[in-house]
Amino acid sequence: MPTVAPLDLEGHCIAVAWLNNIPHFALADGVVHRLDDGHKSAELHDGLLCAAPMPDGRLLTGGEDGKVCALSSEGSAELLAEIGRKWVTSVAAGPQGAVAFASGRVAYVRFADGRVRELQHPRSVEGLAFAPKGMRLGVARYNGATLHFPATEGKPTELEWAGAHTGITFSPDGNFLVTTMQENALHGWKLADGKHMRMTGYPGKVKSFSWSDRGRWLATSGAPAAIVWPFQGKDGPMGKAPLELGTRGNVMVTQVCCHPAEDIVAIGYSDGMILAARFADAKEVLLRRPGKGGVTAMGWDGEGRRLAFGSEAGDCGVVDISA
Amino acid sequence: MSEQNSQIPVTVLTGYLGSGKTTLLNRILSEDHGKRYAVIVNEFGEIGIDNDLIVESDEEIYEMNNGCVCCTVRGDLVRVVEGLTRRPGRFDAIIVETTGLADPAPVAQTFFMDDDVRAKTKLDAVVALVDAKHLPLRLKDSREAADQIAFADVVVLNKTDLVSPEELAAVEAAVRHINPGARIHKTERAGVALSDVLDRGAFDLQRALENDPHFLDHDDHDHVCGPDCDHDHHHHDHDHDHHHHHAHGELSPIHDVGVTSISLRGGEMDPKKFFPWIQKTTQVDGPNILRLKGIIALKDDPERYVVQGVHMIVEGDHQRAWKDGEKRESRLVFIGRDLDMERLKRTFEACQA
Repeated sequence: MPTVAPLDLEGHCIAVAWLNNIPHFALADGVVHRLDDGHKSAELHDGLLCAAPMPDGRLLTGGEDGKVCALSSEGSAELLAEIGRKWVTSVAAGPQGAVAFASGRVAYVRFADGRVRELQHPRSVEGLAFAPKGMRLGVARYNGATLHFPATEGKPTELEWAGAHTGITFSPDGNFLVTTMQENALHGWKLADGKHMRMTGYPGKVKSFSWSDRGRWLATSGAPAAIVWPFQGKDGPMGKAPLELGTRGNVMVTQVCCHPAEDIVAIGYSDGMILAARFADAKEVLLRRPGKGGVTAMGWDGEGRRLAFGSEAGDCGVVDISA
Repeated sequence: MSEQNSQIPVTVLTGYLGSGKTTLLNRILSEDHGKRYAVIVNEFGEIGIDNDLIVESDEEIYEMNNGCVCCTVRGDLVRVVEGLTRRPGRFDAIIVETTGLADPAPVAQTFFMDDDVRAKTKLDAVVALVDAKHLPLRLKDSREAADQIAFADVVVLNKTDLVSPEELAAVEAAVRHINPGARIHKTERAGVALSDVLDRGAFDLQRALENDPHFLDHDDHDHVCGPDCDHDHHHHDHDHDHHHHHAHGELSPIHDVGVTSISLRGGEMDPKKFFPWIQKTTQVDGPNILRLKGIIALKDDPERYVVQGVHMIVEGDHQRAWKDGEKRESRLVFIGRDLDMERLKRTFEACQA
């Protein structure tokens, strides 16, 4: 039986992350809480808007105060950049110590040596993601996506698709780029030939996505079930139906998080419930009963034994599935 | 219903540079009214108040992949409103300032079309600030000036001290022609009472009519407030004087701006005909309909049914029981461009029971 260790906090949980095997909970008020021999916390921002784990084991955060920080698991924070009185609405951690962050129509790339490159765009920069290989940054924007090579002066690659693209992710093998949209759809491009992939039919906006081990599947929110697209073929999910896992009547899936090794996805719902579902046979296991608010963040530890979660109401915790 | 109550009200403030928007915003932010406002501005600009609840945001008009004008939203508002509402308790309401060149429709539609925004906030009212001196010129050289007035629930006719009484009357008539239902407040130096622009509930089907008992009565020549009428009588001059301006086709010298209102009146409606009709009408004419509001008497229904809409978005709900002796009639006002009055009238009347 999975056991839940609750951590009751006040406020909307933006992100959870495992740093040095310690679960961290980043809240919208700018405080990052951690469970490390008891409850500890560090205040990073006056208003935290976005956070993403870094390859070096720190947590990258951006705030309403125009600051970009990196928090280590001992609770010390390094100020990586400060852009004044502007909201930092998106962050992404890249290779070789590089980070990217966005405010308004500018995407910034900060390299490990502290050098910052500003990439201007004609419209707002909505989402950011680094490619799995090379120093390549993807930007979700109005009417498509832009791929930059920020370490060089080369011209960016523009991928066009009408509509507003808000989130962005590369497949782990780097072959596909997928965006979430303001409308109830995903869009994808096969990067080798620019071929389009339309993934539609969602009743709600897709706000959470997660690649399974080796990128064989892409799990998404935006429906009363986790919608899981097959990416094993060379053309991605085109012409194939997605899996629908953890279907519930009228409760929407708000978060998905694939297990790091098994073909299993943790599914968080708008009522706070969390299920785990297996791709092979759609078998479900209850991980957490409904709580005070919708699930807004989830993250597995490196071994896939424990799942940290957070909600919009602040009722966070860790589920241990090994017990 | 608890979710309804926790929705944060949003006031949209439109108006050209120089119309007095900044003056009004500064008053809202500095006067002692016991409420805290988060303000979304295009530029910090002249707002001389340092407040971390003032958020700068680039106006981003996002059309959907389907290209439908009625689904167009302001992408920056989706993001900023989501950010603000993740930290509730810091403020009581949100004000969105738009530039003079902004199309107000995507702003309003954001609060209906985006599920997340809609769950956390509710549009309270669209307030247009109008510079009495320069409005005639604005109406001539831009489409937005008329659209902003057409969209407004409240029009603040500002800088009245800079025009003659005749000019003011002409400007007011022009505003009335575009939008007969709006409340008009005539002011100098944006000196309107804040209670007249904030917390209006103009999009709240239950409140819209309580607040604005005349919103459909502009052609009602003999309206007299009853003893239990609780609307603000001290503002009243602007409403009652204008009931005669409304014959359609009557043009004042600065009227011809392409935006007009069409008032329809009928008896009891057959719900089996009326609902398909309003759906179809808003589908077909949606791009040309800026706003619509109405009270419908449905046959065999003891309650008044109220509808309102923005472009193709239509909402309706029962409001209250018809009172004894109250005339059971249906009234509907469209404000828009290039509307076919004859067809609307004919098809509306065909829905009568």
